[in-house]
Amino acid sequence: MTTYCDHAATTPPRPQARAALAAWLDAANASSTHLAGQAARVAVEESREAVATALGCSPHEVVFTSGGTEADNLAVKGITWAARDRSRGVPHVVTTAVEHPAVLDPARWLAERGDATLTVVPPGGDGRVDVEEVLAALRPETALVSVMAANNELGAVNDIPGLAARLAEREVPLHTDAVQAVATLELDVARWGVDALALSAHKFGGPQGVGLAVLRRGLPVVPLAHGGGQDRGVRSGTFAVGLDAACGAALTAAVADRAELRPRLLALTDRLAAAVTALEGVRRSGPSDPSWRLASHVHLLLDGVEATALALELDAAGVAASSGAACGAGAAKSSPVLEACGLQGTPLRLSLGWTSTAAEVDRVIDVLTDLIPRLRASRSAVVR
Amino acid sequence: MARVLVAMSGGVDSAVAAALLVDQGHEVTGVHLKLADLPLDAQVPGHGCCTLDDAQDARRTAQVLDIPYYVWDLSEVFEREVQTPFAASYAAGRTPNPCVTCNERVKYAALLDRALALGFDALATGHHARLRRHGAPVVGPGPGVELQRAVDGAKDQSYVLYVATPHQLAHTLLPVGELTKAQVRAVATERGLRVANKPDSYDVCFIPDGDTTGYLAERLPAAPGPIVDTDGEVLGTHDGLWRFTVGQRRGLGLDHHERRFVTDVEPASRTVRVGPREALACAWAELDRPNWTRGAAPSGPVRVQIRAHGRSVPGRLVVGEGRLHVGEDRVRVELDEPVHGLALGQAAVVYDPDDLVCLGGGRVIAAERPAGLPLTSATSRQRS
Repeated sequence: MTTYCDHAATTPPRPQARAALAAWLDAANASSTHLAGQAARVAVEESREAVATALGCSPHEVVFTSGGTEADNLAVKGITWAARDRSRGVPHVVTTAVEHPAVLDPARWLAERGDATLTVVPPGGDGRVDVEEVLAALRPETALVSVMAANNELGAVNDIPGLAARLAEREVPLHTDAVQAVATLELDVARWGVDALALSAHKFGGPQGVGLAVLRRGLPVVPLAHGGGQDRGVRSGTFAVGLDAACGAALTAAVADRAELRPRLLALTDRLAAAVTALEGVRRSGPSDPSWRLASHVHLLLDGVEATALALELDAAGVAASSGAACGAGAAKSSPVLEACGLQGTPLRLSLGWTSTAAEVDRVIDVLTDLIPRLRASRSAVVR
Repeated sequence: MARVLVAMSGGVDSAVAAALLVDQGHEVTGVHLKLADLPLDAQVPGHGCCTLDDAQDARRTAQVLDIPYYVWDLSEVFEREVQTPFAASYAAGRTPNPCVTCNERVKYAALLDRALALGFDALATGHHARLRRHGAPVVGPGPGVELQRAVDGAKDQSYVLYVATPHQLAHTLLPVGELTKAQVRAVATERGLRVANKPDSYDVCFIPDGDTTGYLAERLPAAPGPIVDTDGEVLGTHDGLWRFTVGQRRGLGLDHHERRFVTDVEPASRTVRVGPREALACAWAELDRPNWTRGAAPSGPVRVQIRAHGRSVPGRLVVGEGRLHVGEDRVRVELDEPVHGLALGQAAVVYDPDDLVCLGGGRVIAAERPAGLPLTSATSRQRS
């Protein structure tokens, strides 16, 4: 029996999502004009409305995608390209060193191609990004600012509403990758004042393979996928009826559950962190103020523990947790986010979610209390 | 039953090694080593290893065999211990065998040590060589192991394993050495492994296109020097010693109808000497810091092999004034019949008179040509 502590990677699907997926797996093409197609389209549009209600935006602003990566790419490339098309100059993009690669890589790619110039703002040691530093990076030709709502590794929360207000004065569009944030943070697109936002369904209890972008009306976006012109031409491709329906159902359930989930997870993660940081050589990273930290995340840095040994022993003990992001081949690689924050040590991210229980946390505490001193003792034998 | 870590390259041999160990009842864990950090556009499908396709093949094999699978990034160790010395060795006018270095410094050092420290009892690889204990095939870890040539003589890889110490052999399993290559492929087919018909790789893994000269040209600065014949007459010039290896006939760039071979490469004067084939004959070689697989140096007649896929010749180890013992950092092998094209840096591997048991060997640090001019380099003199 695995004790699952990697909800930040994928959280189990909620029953409402399972039901919607099962109900709409057998759907006609939602773009077909016949009655069967119209029936399938109902599921897509109802889901779009559910998403809009859950996020505080208009249904016209919701574009379903294949996941968070596509949504981020659509916002970063689409908004930048549209800005380039409107002006003669090369647009400028501002983002941060703690972004997910789904934002940072397209931004760098645009810069390498000469489609944009790029400024990457460094984070503080706790993984948060300072609003003033972002504003200081702006130029007259800045066409997009992309700052993630909460970092996936450290769980560090950024002041997106504060940043959005300052950017609105200067009429610079703001995109935020809110993939990690939405499960536990109050997220309201209108109140936050963002122009674009990316979500991934499997982080909030939906299936893998679906996500969404919110794109403010009137914001020009060049599509990534050209074809049949679905979703206002911004995202061509046959509607994934079952996945889209499950995405909306999961988000509705997650948002309804959020006010209860957040304090529950906060209590669990604080207990977990307190028990584990009592061990020698274990430090908790990320913001110390819980209001700037995701309730779901405990990010630890272990001194004197070798990463491959940690991964093997956690598996052997039946604990699923993240001991490093994987490269293309699957090897754990050093984290650019932790490097940007100047953090050292072997990282271990434990992330909880809607299925987490106190008993699971107790078990993880037991496992780590046994494991970490043992791994510290044997480290010299592993590392040459 | 033992806890066995099997190094899975993504090829058919290591896949079948893992399968056989599972069948033997061992508790098997697969690990794929990320060694060369090849850029994606340098990855040639079907050549070398370390490509993403290979990692994916290894992962899929582990899934089919239902064993845990990890990818370990040893690219820093590999760069430091194999790739950098490989280029440096060519720059010094030698001809290194990087597979030997990899076994010595990576697989039997970084990897085996880590495996043992992590609680594994043995490391298995897909090398074609046999292990015997009291004449019987080795099926589990323990002392008293003899390294022998593979059942499949054409595929024998005992040559590159001569670096294994008795302690390392005690913790090594080589299950496919008992099978012919055809049998290995048959097992893979029977088990439904998709690598069953994957082509063998013959290249240096970090030079997947096989262009060693091109690889070295990127790493080493141009260092021009003369090409001279046996009489010292300058026949031409070259732009780097690393383009040449003793015994080489092609690519000399000499406008001459005679068959000429590289007979010597002198790093101090950057001189490449060429001459007739007779000038290549060597009657003895001195080995730097030899390893003996049984712990003690053999006495009496032996056979010596100086190329990975060459044939062995009869000879004997010179035991001079009792100087020859384990830990001796230099020994001499005298060859009953001269070998042609012996280059410094090559491994001379010693077998028993039956040409079956791999007794050990060492890198050639000095060798003699019949003309009486010792084939030796300035750097080798300094080191000895």
